[in-house]
Amino acid sequence: MSIFVDENTKVIVQGLTGGQGRFHGLRNRDYGTKVVGGVTPGKGGTDVDGIPVFNSVRQAVDATGATASFVVVPPRFASDAIIEAAQGGITFIVCITEGIPAHDEALTYNRLTEEFPGVRLLGPNCPGIISPGKCNIGITSGDIALAGGPVGIVSRSGTLTYQALHELSMQGIGQTTCVGIGGDPVPGTNFIDCLAEFEKDPETKAVMMIGEIGGSEEERAAEWIKLNMTKPVVAYVAGVTAPPGRKMGHAGAIISGSKGTAQAKMDALTAAGVFVCQNPTEAGAKMVEIVRAM
Amino acid sequence: MLSAQGGVEIEVVAEENPDAIAFLSIDPVEGLSLATARRWVAEAELDEVAREQAAELLVKLYECYTQGDCDLAEINPLILTPDNKVHALDAKVTLDENASYRHPEWEEFRGDEFEDPREKMAKERGLNYIGLDGTVGIIANGAGLAMSTLDVVNQVGGTAANFLDIGGGANADVMAAALEVINADPKVTSIFVNIFGGITRVDEVAKGVLEALQRVSITSPIVLRLDGTNAVEGRALLAPHLNDHLITEPTMLDAARRAVALAN
Repeated sequence: MSIFVDENTKVIVQGLTGGQGRFHGLRNRDYGTKVVGGVTPGKGGTDVDGIPVFNSVRQAVDATGATASFVVVPPRFASDAIIEAAQGGITFIVCITEGIPAHDEALTYNRLTEEFPGVRLLGPNCPGIISPGKCNIGITSGDIALAGGPVGIVSRSGTLTYQALHELSMQGIGQTTCVGIGGDPVPGTNFIDCLAEFEKDPETKAVMMIGEIGGSEEERAAEWIKLNMTKPVVAYVAGVTAPPGRKMGHAGAIISGSKGTAQAKMDALTAAGVFVCQNPTEAGAKMVEIVRAM
Repeated sequence: MLSAQGGVEIEVVAEENPDAIAFLSIDPVEGLSLATARRWVAEAELDEVAREQAAELLVKLYECYTQGDCDLAEINPLILTPDNKVHALDAKVTLDENASYRHPEWEEFRGDEFEDPREKMAKERGLNYIGLDGTVGIIANGAGLAMSTLDVVNQVGGTAANFLDIGGGANADVMAAALEVINADPKVTSIFVNIFGGITRVDEVAKGVLEALQRVSITSPIVLRLDGTNAVEGRALLAPHLNDHLITEPTMLDAARRAVALAN
């Protein structure tokens, strides 16, 4: 099984007529994802390579029965697009947009949780989600993932997610679902949300978790793992050598004072019984070892 | 965070005497009302004479924080004068770069005199660069991979000269600009290019590197690790050009070891 999405998930793309939306939307469809529509205000009635375009999310949902949306719009329009998706009946929203102001993110997050408790947002500023062989929403390259499980992956970083997929696939170890939660300060979906789903999913036997400096999500995840997780978790945390006070590429990747260091996160995860590795290669090798011993 | 123990680093208070800080989570949908601010100053046990003025000031500070798109808005210390007036004696704000499009007024206050000249040069070229003190110049695609590259260089006994994420646009222009900035750093003695192709195709990266090398003369040896989409094609493109100044290694760890050995 997969988490959040599966082979039946119907997806619309908000921003399908834009350069990025078209590129990634069509790639997702080529992968086998059920991309059933696009939304661009004013372009309803047209199509992108056979995919019908609608003026609003509501129209697209009514016409196609989509439950998921892939939001590929510029930062200043992203918050409205996310709220429109929720209002239009979408229950799973993937937003890859990088550069949304943090206050907009916080406001959108709180509006979603208060007004639309059944809606899940993944991202923003994330690579998306892939359940190999079933569904790919986002920008992950499908050919580095391997279907069949048994590993679930959750990560704050895009390229390190690809690295993790690559390390496992090369050794013949497949993935149930790989979730990129993104590198922004207010992610819609966090580590614990994903860990809880992986814990429930019978096909996921072990979880790889990739964190980075900034915030305290890894520490909170460690606390949750200690109390609830029965499956083995392998973790890698990037940024051991990152200087304090600097945003390391991702808006959320910053050590503030003595808070948010990689060492503190690794210590918390180790104390929770997680196998903490020093680099992505070591984490991949450790996971291979764990899966082969099952 | 609100505390009656001002005038010192709040991080220190948080560590040594966390009970002296009154934490309040503010829901951005509701904002901060004066009524909530009044309860907050009481909870923090501010001087009773200062409470009403402080509460009013907190509401304004919250407005400044949200309307001003601050990552941080801190007043420390807040003082009470002998004639019972509350004043902000010092303040610090950091701004959210992502919101700069709606704050054209920020441009007026931008100063670059404190900037690292390498960072200034990188910014002019639109690169996501942070200067560090080491000898191995780093170019990687993706923030996470770039951070991880610094860590791995450190683990195998080296030191990174910089953080540089070239993102998805690893074409010749970006690569040339990246190599130029790193080449201008006098401390750099080797360069580690760490690319994992996803949407970025590795053969495009390889072409970018070769084109960049035609345009810029690079003094330090370059070690490349190329993986992911079209990696085989990318490595094949580089193969005829490899020499002791342009080297490829199969994995991130191997490449890090090689780059560090060359740097030392």
